[in-house]
Amino acid sequence: MAKKDYIRNFSIIAHIDHGKSTLADRLLELTDSVLKRDMEEQLLDNMDLERERGITIKAHAVKLDYKAKDGHTYALNLIDTPGHVDFNYEVSRSLAACEGAVLIVDASQGVEAQTLANTYLALDHDLEIVPVINKIDLPAADPERVAAEVEDVIGLPCMDAPRVSAKTGQNVEQVLEEIVHLVPPPDDHDDKPLRALIFDSVYDSYRGVIVYVRVMDGSIRPGDTMRMMATGAEFTVVETGYMRATSMEPTAGLSSGEVGYITASIKTVSDARVGDTVTLADRPAEEPLPGYRKVNPMVFCGMYPADGADYENLREALEKLQLNDAALSFEPETSGALGFGFRCGFLGLLHLEIIEERLEREYDLDLVTTVPSVVYKIHLTDKTVVEIDNPSHYPDPATIDYAEEPVVEAHIYSPPEYVGQIMDLCQDRRGVYQEMTYLAADRVDIRYMLPLNEIIYDFFDVLKSRTRGYASFDYEIRDYARSELVKLDVLLNGDAVDALSFIIHTDKAYARARKIAEKLKENIPRQMFEIPVQIAVGGKVIARETVKAMRKDVLAKCYGGDITRKKKLLEKQKEGKKRMRRFGTVEVPQEAFMAVLKLDE
Amino acid sequence: MSDPLTRVTGEKAADTQPIGLYLHIPFCRSKCPYCDFYSLRAEPTQMDAYCAVLEQKIAESSATLQCKADTLYIGGGTPSVLGAKQLCRLIECAKRTFLTDGAEITVECNPYRLPPDFFRELADVGVNRVSIGLQSAVTGERRRLGRRATREEVEQTVRAAQAAGIRNLTLDVMLGIPEQTEASLKETLDFCLSLGVPHVSAYLLKIEESTPFQRLRETLDLPDDDRAADLYLQMCETLERAGLAQYEISNFARAGFQSRHNLKYWHCEPYLGLGPAAHSFLNGKRFFYPRDFESFLQGCAPISDGTGGDFTEYAMLALRLSEGLQETAVLSRFGHSIPQTLYQKCVPLAAHGLLLADEQGIRLTRNGFLVSNAVLAEIL
Repeated sequence: MAKKDYIRNFSIIAHIDHGKSTLADRLLELTDSVLKRDMEEQLLDNMDLERERGITIKAHAVKLDYKAKDGHTYALNLIDTPGHVDFNYEVSRSLAACEGAVLIVDASQGVEAQTLANTYLALDHDLEIVPVINKIDLPAADPERVAAEVEDVIGLPCMDAPRVSAKTGQNVEQVLEEIVHLVPPPDDHDDKPLRALIFDSVYDSYRGVIVYVRVMDGSIRPGDTMRMMATGAEFTVVETGYMRATSMEPTAGLSSGEVGYITASIKTVSDARVGDTVTLADRPAEEPLPGYRKVNPMVFCGMYPADGADYENLREALEKLQLNDAALSFEPETSGALGFGFRCGFLGLLHLEIIEERLEREYDLDLVTTVPSVVYKIHLTDKTVVEIDNPSHYPDPATIDYAEEPVVEAHIYSPPEYVGQIMDLCQDRRGVYQEMTYLAADRVDIRYMLPLNEIIYDFFDVLKSRTRGYASFDYEIRDYARSELVKLDVLLNGDAVDALSFIIHTDKAYARARKIAEKLKENIPRQMFEIPVQIAVGGKVIARETVKAMRKDVLAKCYGGDITRKKKLLEKQKEGKKRMRRFGTVEVPQEAFMAVLKLDE
Repeated sequence: MSDPLTRVTGEKAADTQPIGLYLHIPFCRSKCPYCDFYSLRAEPTQMDAYCAVLEQKIAESSATLQCKADTLYIGGGTPSVLGAKQLCRLIECAKRTFLTDGAEITVECNPYRLPPDFFRELADVGVNRVSIGLQSAVTGERRRLGRRATREEVEQTVRAAQAAGIRNLTLDVMLGIPEQTEASLKETLDFCLSLGVPHVSAYLLKIEESTPFQRLRETLDLPDDDRAADLYLQMCETLERAGLAQYEISNFARAGFQSRHNLKYWHCEPYLGLGPAAHSFLNGKRFFYPRDFESFLQGCAPISDGTGGDFTEYAMLALRLSEGLQETAVLSRFGHSIPQTLYQKCVPLAAHGLLLADEQGIRLTRNGFLVSNAVLAEIL
């Protein structure tokens, strides 16, 4: 079959912090895609947040021109992948757009959870894998041991794998040569009906949605009428082109094997969903490319503006973010305690945190978020099933036959000495042990089935601290399993605070209830009268604390010169009260509320 | 018109109602470690210069305002450091210009080394009320507060004032001071009662900013809020049992011995304050002289502190009093009743025993007084 000999499509895969972005930067420099002095560190991650967290949130792509040692110039399409388990689906679509993947392994750390997870994903897509041992400049680097580990664990020959330092640039050119030699060129299917895989889409306020595609079959050019095969939506192509590191380069069209962008005045990213197949209206393909699915939010929480006046601003901000993020869902909800806000759905906790931070940082919003929840399936005695992602909607226990909760299959990779700690943690989180495999002498893979609601919160943080950062973690949603659940209600001075309610496994209810009561007691300042803090399950109080009444808050002297001062003090106090959340007669400062919601172990 | 007072108030006193006159004496022999009042140590020549300026201000103000004062309060600082002669000159000046017959004339005194004829001279010029800084009858507590007079000196001072015919005496007491206990407070209160004074002012210690007490706070062994509150209640009950009824958060008196001057502050009535850092409330405007001795000597103008006397301010002050915010008083002053919204906000607080609200008005209870900042922020 004919090939497009001078094109190579590849991704870079790595565990977090193994140097993916740094290597990408060096590749851009080496191919003169960007002038070194113009180079912002880690150009591919162009959101502040991404750069700070050292993770790539959304995939991006860039075309590099590389003049290889064989004298030919190759178009190297680097498709970047998001680096976190929340975005596994996006990763899989990016990989599906490639023929090869550069696997980076840290010469001091070796194989980690996402190294394996991403490698298996790449192998699932029949990608040619180009191993690269990075960070050889580190004092703790042991490239030969790590190469041996990659050979053992993954079964990839690593004898000739480039040993590089992306930081210093040492041996990075070898990586480009390896890509040219090892990654197969794409097939030439120019004559077939168009099939282009959408692996990313970005909203741009001037052009509408910019759709990033890999053309598998056929070709597309401006003026064509394109059709999204999953949604059926049709658009007239305005522009096609290549993504360069710092610009977009319009072209006459895109044909099979190529990676590029399409604009067609598309209004929201939900019209150009990742994984969908683009074809042409006048000569449609018979079958879409395999693997499309609509991503569903797994984790939900309420988001409320700290200042009620910001409600509309929050809505606008969420709408804007959603333009670019088809996985984010939101709908209005009202809380007696927090006022007007939105119930938001996310792929996972990281996704939630990213959205929260972007709202606070880019849109300057002060938010209160409720405890994240998963979607429970509640089977009622009348044989109907309701899906609950908001504790406030939890049905009356008397009407519940049984409840189910989502379960994940988790892999935890760790040095063997932490196995005990990890198993304790997983047991504590209601995990069901599956198996343990030695990947190498100093690396085990522990497999557990864990309820999703036990890991969405702080599992990863606790895991890290118990294993001094050595363990890594990866999970995939499996199924729903029957569970004994209860809803905990928090009552302040007898009034239920809806925003603090949550759903929890029966076995954990007492301990958690006591903890919440203590936290509230610590964090609610004394007020004019005693405040009973009660935690209840279905009307039965299972934990109780009391915030004692404030005894002294008085200006003892108030004579001629003190009156304006007292007036100002009064104004200040009234102003301070406005910043409080009011539950019935009880005032809870924002900070206390957050402290309770961010309940840690 | 170049008179500084006129520039701020804009006009002469509109109402015929007599005002209160306050003279600030910003001198102290030494500074007590808890005090943030404006005062300094001065040479006798500076005191003379100051009194001369003050007399001039009194005369000028009287000419501008053309109103009477039925109370005069000489406070400080420590007015008694001026000596009887200077004080008498100031009082004579006020009598010539402002004071009505039968005006209440109060002088604050530090009972430390007062000359034998001091009160006789004051009484002769018409002083009929004396405020004496006791703070505590317990020597250790007094010393920690920087008070130099002994308990015996306080007793002698009270006796001397009484002998001079000044029956309206008040003692200042402090609560919540370092190392104070139920027993030591009892000792102080018993001492006050044994002297037969008809008035006591008792203040919960507040640690003021930039005072030595603030810097030393951690080392002071201060009673915590719960204990301080208990001390306050103990004091209220002890004084009440002895016939000194509470009429304001920190003030207790036998019938007829309430401070008429101080009641003007809490009734939101007009007063003129002269001296550095002294505040005034005239014709609905509040203003004050800068906290600076030299600029006052040079005749610097008072600074505006905005308007005063609206309902919120009135209620804020009235609720310091045992009589509270009274329907009749509100009606005659504002032409309307106490707003229903205010009553509604009172309901939960009344249920918790912090105040009483009925057709007569709204009154804070003792427990309400103790948390009055929070109560006011809730209802006003």
